Amino acid sequence: MASLIELANPARFMRLSNVLLPWVAGLAALLLLVGFYLAWFVAPADYQQGETIRIMYLHVPAAWLAMMFYSMMACSALGVLIWRHPLADVAQQAAAPIGAAFALVCLLTGSFWGKPMWGTYWVWDARLTSMLVLFLLYLGVIALRRAIDEPSRAGRAVAILTLVGSVNIPIIKFSVDWWSTLHQPASVLRLSGPTIHTSMLWPLLILAVGFTLAALWLHAVAMQAELLRRRVRTLKILEAERLDRLSLQAAE
Amino acid sequence: MIAGLGPHGGFILAAYLASGLILCGLAALILLDRRAQRRALAALEEQGIGRRSERKTS
Repeated sequence: MASLIELANPARFMRLSNVLLPWVAGLAALLLLVGFYLAWFVAPADYQQGETIRIMYLHVPAAWLAMMFYSMMACSALGVLIWRHPLADVAQQAAAPIGAAFALVCLLTGSFWGKPMWGTYWVWDARLTSMLVLFLLYLGVIALRRAIDEPSRAGRAVAILTLVGSVNIPIIKFSVDWWSTLHQPASVLRLSGPTIHTSMLWPLLILAVGFTLAALWLHAVAMQAELLRRRVRTLKILEAERLDRLSLQAAE
Repeated sequence: MIAGLGPHGGFILAAYLASGLILCGLAALILLDRRAQRRALAALEEQGIGRRSERKTS
């Protein structure tokens, strides 16, 4: 564990991410291009849902990433509370807006898919409501962080809220099994294998990997921005303290 | 192209448009934020403010 913590050194993270980021961005762009080409020009329309199935290629990766980023935040929260690791706090802070954006994309694309298929933009069923709760949790985490000025206190408070909210992740996943919902049950991540045809499954999986790499790239860039912000803040505080000492010495 | 999407083409395009705006907006905000922080740090270092300035006085 000690070597893992040593690896997560902020300076080492900056060096490593500067090398990896262009490659991750390039691979993500390539996969997204191939995935959208397959999704729009090769994959057939669904026999029941027609062309609206094209919304699935955005909706499903967005839902997976919204849950994945919250799970990443929960792991980072443990890093903050148990090891008080600064990079874990930075990772948690940088992940929240990205997860919120994917949760919003999931909710919006779901609404635009639901209206022609179900006849309504919204219904208070377990899957939709638990996903809305996830989006609100993201907003709560972002608001709590901004409400507390002192970064380490804010980090611990956000970590506790994140861990409490993580109970919602299995609820989202199993909501379609535990309750009778309008939302369809899982068709890809199932123990008995996917029920979706391979002509639609492959574009979906390629896009899911492409979106995941793009989101991880964004996360690393956001972490770099946050590390720089903290460095600027520290330098300003040190400089202010130095000037204070100088003025005190001059007064004496 | 919209006609090729059938009677629900508007919903499909709206889903893609909304997603594109949200994700591109997010990417732009994050990249602009990193650029602003890099500039702020460079400005401080240009003024000679760094951890070394702390060491000199201590």
